[in-house]
Amino acid sequence: MTDRNDYEVVVGIEVHVELATESKVFCGCKTAFGAAPNTQVCPVCLGMPGALPVLNRRALEYTIRAGLALNCSIAGWTKFDRKNYFYPDLAKGYQVSQYDIPIAHDGYIDIEVDGQPKRIRVRRVHLEEETAKLVHAGDDIISANQSLLDFNRSGIGLIEIVSDADMRSADEARAYLTKLRSILVAIGVSDCKMEEGSMRCEANVSVMPRDSKEFGTLVELKNIASFRAVHRAIQYESTRQIDLVRSGGRVSRETRHWDDVRGETAFMRSKEQAADYRYFPEPDLMPLEIAPEWVEEIRGGLPELPDARAARYVSEFGLPASDAALIAESRELASFFEGVCDALAKAGAGAGVGAGAVDRAEGAREAAKWLVGDVSAALKASGIELSQSKLAPGQLAELIGLVASGKISGRIAKSVFEEVFASGKRPGDVVRERGLVQISDAGELAAIVQRVIEANPGPVADYFAGKEKALTFLVGQIMKETRGRANPQETNRILREELAKRA
Amino acid sequence: MSGNADATLCDMTLHELHDMLLSGQVSSREITSDVLARIDEVEASVGAYVTRDRETALKGADAADEVIARARRDRDTGAIGALVGIPVVLKDNVCTRGMRTTCCSKMLEDFIPTYDAAVTARLREAGAVIVGKGNMDEFAMGSTTQTSVFHVTRNPWDLERVPGGSSGGCAAAVAAGEAVASIGTDTGGSIRQPASFCGVVGLKPTYGRVSRYGVVAFASSLDTVGPITRDVRDCAIMLKAIAGRDGRDSTSAPDAVPDYSSCVERGVQGLRIGIPEQFFGPGMTDGVRTAVERALRALEDAGADIVEVSLPLAEHALAVYYLVATAEASSNMARLDGIRYGYRPEGRGGMDVADLMSASRGQGFGMEVKRRIMLGTFVLSSGNFDAFYGRALRSRRLLAEDVRRALTECDCLVSPTAPTVAFRFDEEPDDPLAMYLQDIYTTLANLAGVPAISVPCGLADGMPVGLQIMGRMFDEATLIRAGRAVELTSGMDAARPKVGGCAK
Amino acid sequence: MSLSREETARLAELARLSLNDEELARIAHDLTEIIDYMEKLAGIDRAHVRPMSHVLDTVNAYRDDCAEPSLSQEEALANAPDRQGQFFRVPRIIDAGEAGEA
Repeated sequence: MTDRNDYEVVVGIEVHVELATESKVFCGCKTAFGAAPNTQVCPVCLGMPGALPVLNRRALEYTIRAGLALNCSIAGWTKFDRKNYFYPDLAKGYQVSQYDIPIAHDGYIDIEVDGQPKRIRVRRVHLEEETAKLVHAGDDIISANQSLLDFNRSGIGLIEIVSDADMRSADEARAYLTKLRSILVAIGVSDCKMEEGSMRCEANVSVMPRDSKEFGTLVELKNIASFRAVHRAIQYESTRQIDLVRSGGRVSRETRHWDDVRGETAFMRSKEQAADYRYFPEPDLMPLEIAPEWVEEIRGGLPELPDARAARYVSEFGLPASDAALIAESRELASFFEGVCDALAKAGAGAGVGAGAVDRAEGAREAAKWLVGDVSAALKASGIELSQSKLAPGQLAELIGLVASGKISGRIAKSVFEEVFASGKRPGDVVRERGLVQISDAGELAAIVQRVIEANPGPVADYFAGKEKALTFLVGQIMKETRGRANPQETNRILREELAKRA
Repeated sequence: MSGNADATLCDMTLHELHDMLLSGQVSSREITSDVLARIDEVEASVGAYVTRDRETALKGADAADEVIARARRDRDTGAIGALVGIPVVLKDNVCTRGMRTTCCSKMLEDFIPTYDAAVTARLREAGAVIVGKGNMDEFAMGSTTQTSVFHVTRNPWDLERVPGGSSGGCAAAVAAGEAVASIGTDTGGSIRQPASFCGVVGLKPTYGRVSRYGVVAFASSLDTVGPITRDVRDCAIMLKAIAGRDGRDSTSAPDAVPDYSSCVERGVQGLRIGIPEQFFGPGMTDGVRTAVERALRALEDAGADIVEVSLPLAEHALAVYYLVATAEASSNMARLDGIRYGYRPEGRGGMDVADLMSASRGQGFGMEVKRRIMLGTFVLSSGNFDAFYGRALRSRRLLAEDVRRALTECDCLVSPTAPTVAFRFDEEPDDPLAMYLQDIYTTLANLAGVPAISVPCGLADGMPVGLQIMGRMFDEATLIRAGRAVELTSGMDAARPKVGGCAK
Repeated sequence: MSLSREETARLAELARLSLNDEELARIAHDLTEIIDYMEKLAGIDRAHVRPMSHVLDTVNAYRDDCAEPSLSQEEALANAPDRQGQFFRVPRIIDAGEAGEA
């Protein structure tokens, strides 16, 4: 009897991303989210008789940009094709898309899972148009006895990105999506908000015996509305398929619907008969000749991408790779991080925060630690984005300076941070107001240490009996007395000295 | 109205009327009223119109009169465009804002566009008076105007005969004085053939010369929009008004628009007229052959050289046309699903949306339209694609190159527009040779994208005969020159049908 | 080669056309003729010839990314066979469609 581990899952991901252009891909209607229904429409995106499409040049540019950011080759000549099918949300009864000559092809994304790097190939990136929005009366499409249509979304530019079936786990799939999203946001082609529908994904899942050369039957998963759902859906489906195969069953070629509430996939329709889209070249749009000079111009205009930025953080600042990757992935975090580094550098250059300059690389590493640790935790707890918080790069720099100069201890800094995050006050002010300046003076500390030793004969005796834990207790008592302000290193040193005197 | 009491305004040419408007001899209101009166007289017999708007037409005429009066006062009549105050009819597949546009189909019976087609806007801007919409074969699929869901149009020259199609209503209206000029569409001959049958001038422009925006699509890579007029000069004027690049049509050509009117009287001295041998075989009636040969002699007398050419691939024109046109049409018709506009059947309770769409389309479309949609779907469906559609597109290139090559050996290609005159309603010709010739005469120009004009060149058994002149891409000027030369000796530009005995 | 009634019915489904038996029979017959046309072209068809989907050589017909005025909501819904307030209304949808949304 085989084991589940004798099988591996094979995953390919298809992503649709709405382009952040001013106007739609084939007409001049606005693309802004949230307008009153059917107010951003015209004869073209409504599929009225006689209406004709005209290509938005920026949509083409964004597609090329995305292709380049995903390391693809860009087609020198390309065209649009009609994908013919009937559905109420499809105004013309066909979608203008690209069939056999996508604008970009044969690229890749590098991901890392559990420290293991892997390259996921991107087969193609093409440009097409969005459908209208269907609103169903009732809970879902099946039970509703009528549906309502809003064509504001119809005709918005859409990039479709298709990966090769290179992923071998739900983790890899999630890593791929995370990296893909950060790249697309970094280059500014879309805001990629799954909750608003500007990014959608489908997973193609199959299983096969480990080390087999032949892929199993593919099942298409739809209705995946978040990265977490991708992970759960793939895990569920791979288990379902593996168990089916192990028990002698056969996986059917089908489309399944992910139910996030129940945590399971359900049969939607069979794919035994492929849909007949009757693709043919779109006669209403002229072909495209994409000049190499234009491609190079677009390539030159690409911002620093997450991978390159992370590599720079590692080489320039010596950041640990995982911190670098995390910060580089988010434009917001990266910008904040660099802001902190700049502030630290300025403080070093002039008189200002903290006493003395903080070493550049050391400061960067500290900044990274804070961002990856306390800052991220605080944001998660309060459910807000970094840009929405009261925290400014200068404040974090100040905090780092205070610790580096010994003014406050690391532990105190954490508490100061909490208040800074909540109130937006400057760290220096918080320290002053709460009288948190660290006690580092040997004389002052010695007096306190002696008091504590005298007040705790028991623990002192334990210490001499060889119990190191007693030392920790005594340190704790000193911290209690000083409300955490005692410099930990100095306290430790002086305590040992004093105890040694009494040995 | 001063001047010749015998000449009825509605039978005059556009350019004659324009001169009379400028000189103050006549007003647009008088012209328009005369056209409306003619419509009242003959429409019951001819049936050229689908929708008419008397009030709006007269308002338009009055507005034109104000413009003209102002210009005359300011001694600036040169600023008055040729179309100001001229009553025109548009084929009912050309969208007119606020006016029903039905394509003569139940599917769009109540459709009122909230936008104008590009050509409609240009005509309005040019000051034309839109009288109404012309009858047509449903969705332009046909060649007799009999598939219109509303009524049949009758040939003004003989009410027992067809006017041709699919722009039959427009051609009949111009012939019968029910409009001074009109705009039709031509996908496989739908301007030229009815123009030929009704004894008027019809021009299919170069593909991309005139914007298709707002013209309901039949076959996107074949559809063209063009004028149907009384004479060649009128045709040149109308073409100038509607030609030119339109940013809303990606297939619209950026090429400059020449001053076609200045080409009219250039003559044909030294022009090489190509006679394709494949177009002059059996299948043509004697009457047609006689009229066409006479016209060719007249062209020679005027200084043209007749050159024999060959179009060896012409015999395949119909096959290629059928495959391409039905395939594109099947896709273009898909937006007519009864969801955002269009027909919805009664008693549809309980139907799901897919069934509702099928019912709307099944009941909203006539048999010919359904047939072509099915054929087109078949041509494009998987398994057939390369053998059918791929083959058609490759063959199309071969045919187009054949035509363009022939047009390097001569300046234009000439043939009859149709192998017969208009036939009787109950006698659709079943002579396969005649049907075959009809198909290849006109479809080649659409397949190659080249322009072609039909000019009346004589009568046969009292019915008009049309001569077709095909030219190079964007060389409508040559068609106009040659067309005028034919017209000069044919006497057809002054000929008007007796519609039920009421015209001259 | 000719088309069976079942195949013709499947095409009608693909084309969202409800046809009665007589119509189906007539069209099945007509489809056979189309196949003949196709076969006739075999004589001239050459694989190396570039398919002609456009008669003009224009390329790169674009527009700038500028917002243009849209139709008003009333204009957009003016010809709607069935509407509910600001929306077009359609009856029950059985097939969950391309997006597979709930």
